[in-house]
Amino acid sequence: MTQKTIAGTTVDLNDEGYMVDASQWNREIALELAKEEGMELTDKHFEVLEYLRKAHANDETLTIRKVGKSGITDIKGLYKLFPGGPLKFSSKIAGIPKPASCV
Amino acid sequence: MKKILILGGGTAGTMMANKLFKALDRQEWEITLVDQHRTHYYQPGFLFIPFGIYNKSDVIKPKGDFFPSGVRILYQEIDRVEGEASKVYLKDGTVLAYDFLIIATGTQTRPDETPGMLGKEWRKSIFDFYTIEGAVALQQFFKTWEGGRLVMCISELPFKCPVAPIEFVCLAEAYFTEKGIRDKVDITFVTPLPGAFTKPIATKMLSQLLKDKNIKVVPEFYLESIDNEKKILRSYDEVEIPFDALTIVPVNMGSEMIERSGLGDDMNYVETDKETLQSRQFENIFVLGDASNIPTSKAGSVAHFAAEILFENLMNAIENRPLTARFDGHANCYIETGYGKGALIDFNYDTEPLPGTFPLPGIGPFGLLRNTKINHYGKMIFRWIYWHILLRGKEMPIEAHMTMAGKKNEIV
Repeated sequence: MTQKTIAGTTVDLNDEGYMVDASQWNREIALELAKEEGMELTDKHFEVLEYLRKAHANDETLTIRKVGKSGITDIKGLYKLFPGGPLKFSSKIAGIPKPASCV
Repeated sequence: MKKILILGGGTAGTMMANKLFKALDRQEWEITLVDQHRTHYYQPGFLFIPFGIYNKSDVIKPKGDFFPSGVRILYQEIDRVEGEASKVYLKDGTVLAYDFLIIATGTQTRPDETPGMLGKEWRKSIFDFYTIEGAVALQQFFKTWEGGRLVMCISELPFKCPVAPIEFVCLAEAYFTEKGIRDKVDITFVTPLPGAFTKPIATKMLSQLLKDKNIKVVPEFYLESIDNEKKILRSYDEVEIPFDALTIVPVNMGSEMIERSGLGDDMNYVETDKETLQSRQFENIFVLGDASNIPTSKAGSVAHFAAEILFENLMNAIENRPLTARFDGHANCYIETGYGKGALIDFNYDTEPLPGTFPLPGIGPFGLLRNTKINHYGKMIFRWIYWHILLRGKEMPIEAHMTMAGKKNEIV
């Protein structure tokens, strides 16, 4: 685990760069984390991020399919918003743990 | 009479019926089990059917052979559970009241969830092997197939028996080698996971195994649709994979009955406490096996280990004690790798599959994360154990909780 100052706030990150404590998150941090992934966030992105944070707080297991059924966007839309790894990148930017695949 | 009702007479429900019938006072308790189907399938055997190692007759027996004679069995379709009223409604209008309910309705393959899967190529060049019909159709197809691109694709997570697709490509590799046409068959393993398996140490071992067998892995492929005309798999981010023969794990979902009852998540799996195995909504409902949303493998071994915990907690609940038994997510899976060899993994919620020996530390006879002949025998003998010991709820010499004894926490 490492500490890093992002957008003026010190946050704890794990080895893969995911935030360890979701409560340290704010919008500025999200913008900064997105920039590291080469992305600029729109309101639509933030709608997804808020949805993910809420689901995470409720201890719900997140899947791409589930986000696709959220009413915010469909799966194709989610891939367009977060290309290359819709749930991995969105979770990272939302300050929640990397989604665990249950096998 | 107090009433225990079990929904589902598959591996989980049958084990539970046997355990409870032995333990409970027959003057005091009435046990009822509901299932709409009369045939019990030995599902781990489906994997062997496409290669002619097993046939249909090797994997089926009547469900009725495994239920204790004092348990009331209703072969009916379930309409819904009404948790507030502690009642279950069957499709034929029967209403069953219960003191305790055990949901063991499993998971189902849903090829209808993916556009194009049930198109004109279904069971002509597109096959599932998670149903008896699919496995038998694939056996027929392979008998005369002369080669081409064989693609194994996993549609969605979670799915039943997460190692089966890896076993399938390994067995296919051996099958076509023995047929003398391996050089004409190009095998590709397509998965939404970042690698061959989720956990790092097992992924490393299994990736090497697939590489040695010249099986390609396409990771992070999330299937959107299948084009029957062009014979192409298409992902949500518009990657295309052509195939000549496709074997597929369709989307898995829990029973629609769960949805009608308002007990499930978006995949119709029952919201379940992962440690006590009690429903998150109703204190007198417990969930066993694939029907639950607990974060571990959907597999018979998990249902077997969880059954012991559920049994303890149900006894606690009956006698108004706190639910002290805690499930650790223990799973134990043989992995057939072809040529009479197999690997074995043993893990739980917190501990990933590690190398070592099983079940006796330092002795075995089975090797964890190793490719050995004895592991293969373990898998073949398991069918006998399944029918004669496991389903009948008899004791097995393996603890419900995973143990670290015999495991080495290092990279192989």
